[in-house]
Amino acid sequence: MIDTVDLTKKFGDKTAVNGLTLHVNDGEVFGFLGPNGAGKTTTVRMLTCLISKTSGEASIGDYQVGNKNDQVKIRKMVGLLPENAGLYDDLSAYENLDFFARLYKVPEAQRKESIERFLKMLDLWDKRDQTAGTFSKGMKQKLAIARALMHDPQVLFLDEPTANLDPEASKTVRDFILELKKEKKTIFLNTHNLDEAQRICDRIGILNTKLMVVGAPETLMESLRGRRISVKLVQVNEAIVAALARTGFEKVTIEGNNLVIDVKDPEKENPGIVETIIKAGGGVQFVNDLRPTLEDVYLKLVRG
Amino acid sequence: MDLETVWTIASKDLRLFRRKKSIFYAVIIFPIIISIGLPGLIGYVATKASTSTAVLVGLLDSFSFFFAIIATIIPTVISSYSIVGEKVEKSLEPLLATPATDDEILLGKSLASSIPAILAVFLGATIFMILTDAVTYGKLGYLYYPNWNMALVILVIAPLSVVFSVEGNILVSARVNDVRTATQLGSLIVLPYFAIYLLSEIRLISVDTTSLFIIAAIVLVADVFLFYLSRATFRREEILTKWK
Repeated sequence: MIDTVDLTKKFGDKTAVNGLTLHVNDGEVFGFLGPNGAGKTTTVRMLTCLISKTSGEASIGDYQVGNKNDQVKIRKMVGLLPENAGLYDDLSAYENLDFFARLYKVPEAQRKESIERFLKMLDLWDKRDQTAGTFSKGMKQKLAIARALMHDPQVLFLDEPTANLDPEASKTVRDFILELKKEKKTIFLNTHNLDEAQRICDRIGILNTKLMVVGAPETLMESLRGRRISVKLVQVNEAIVAALARTGFEKVTIEGNNLVIDVKDPEKENPGIVETIIKAGGGVQFVNDLRPTLEDVYLKLVRG
Repeated sequence: MDLETVWTIASKDLRLFRRKKSIFYAVIIFPIIISIGLPGLIGYVATKASTSTAVLVGLLDSFSFFFAIIATIIPTVISSYSIVGEKVEKSLEPLLATPATDDEILLGKSLASSIPAILAVFLGATIFMILTDAVTYGKLGYLYYPNWNMALVILVIAPLSVVFSVEGNILVSARVNDVRTATQLGSLIVLPYFAIYLLSEIRLISVDTTSLFIIAAIVLVADVFLFYLSRATFRREEILTKWK
């Protein structure tokens, strides 16, 4: 659905996006992670035809980004939630949505139906006649997402949809994105929130001007450093560590009464580890799987 | 260009202006003050025995030109909000992401700024003409308004001046970040008009039909020049990346 080849954007001497090559599948939720200034918003702006590309190729569906004849077609098939909700504070929730639906030429009957459907889904129907200026941040963000969906776009670009929201509002927005995922919409999600990316996205790309890595959250986490387990003992002693070393588990770290052990295949190796510890006189209380988090992957890549 | 899109954008802005009290009053109050205040002043001057008919007619011609000034001032208030207001509320990006073209957005916003200004000029001029005729009939012995000069001012120069002001304000809007600064800088557009008015008051020029045609031609040329300049300024990439 979204393809870029060597996509680059320069502002004067500064390169904002450097040679981005990416493929996002139809119906996929793709998370774009990166620090401030990494080029995430610039990428979204290029793909939604808001700004031009300096070089490279990009396409949304069958349409070429940068081709003048395709620009309006791309804008019709994508929905954008920018970093700022950008609502008209003096217009009501209904009027805000109606205005944008009209710009997308949504027929009147469909317009009314969509507005009612989304406002009800987002618990805003009772407040449809209130001006957006009276809404909380979370309500504004929900309304802005509804605005991006008014014309039933095939592709949805969400730029930091939960930034600056309280936990409850963030959850509502995340749940709504998960609902959209069920509808098989292609979603391109810019976020700083690693937990959110891990929970929502099918695949994740980490950008720091250049695309550093792409993959499913699980794959990225496992690719970082294999797997580790943590064994909580009644009492750790050197004899247990030595016994583990003799059976091939040499990478063992002691953290209080926990032994953190590097393993390749925990499902097969855990019984042997537990047996070795017990034979060495240890008392096993818990065995936990220690997977690297997405944060570990992110920090390693971004900090180099 | 899709005129339905243009009107959707214009009608949204017009609705916002109606709800922004500061804009609503600015559009209404200034023309009312001029259209009632000036006849009051004229009536006072006309009652003075020392005022000759020629002086009174010169005064009426100069005051007629005030409606060209109003036509320049009102869009300053509206278009400052129309563009800078959207910048402040961060609502330009979602608007620019729609299929509306740059020209449709620009024309919609220009229309939204122009329509209230032109209506205010027409309304103000009508009140002004009725009241002025009422207070000068006794002295002149005939109804001075409507006349060709006034028709030229409100039907030709005022609309051209509205366009001049709107385009000038779009250029200003690209450079500033708050509505008040935009309004203040945009107000400078009115200076040439005040200069013409003052020159007519001190009798260095006369606001006769020929002068008005020349002024209309100059404003038209300025409009064409500013149209291309504002069109070049109002491009989505410029707005998103260079507008400060």
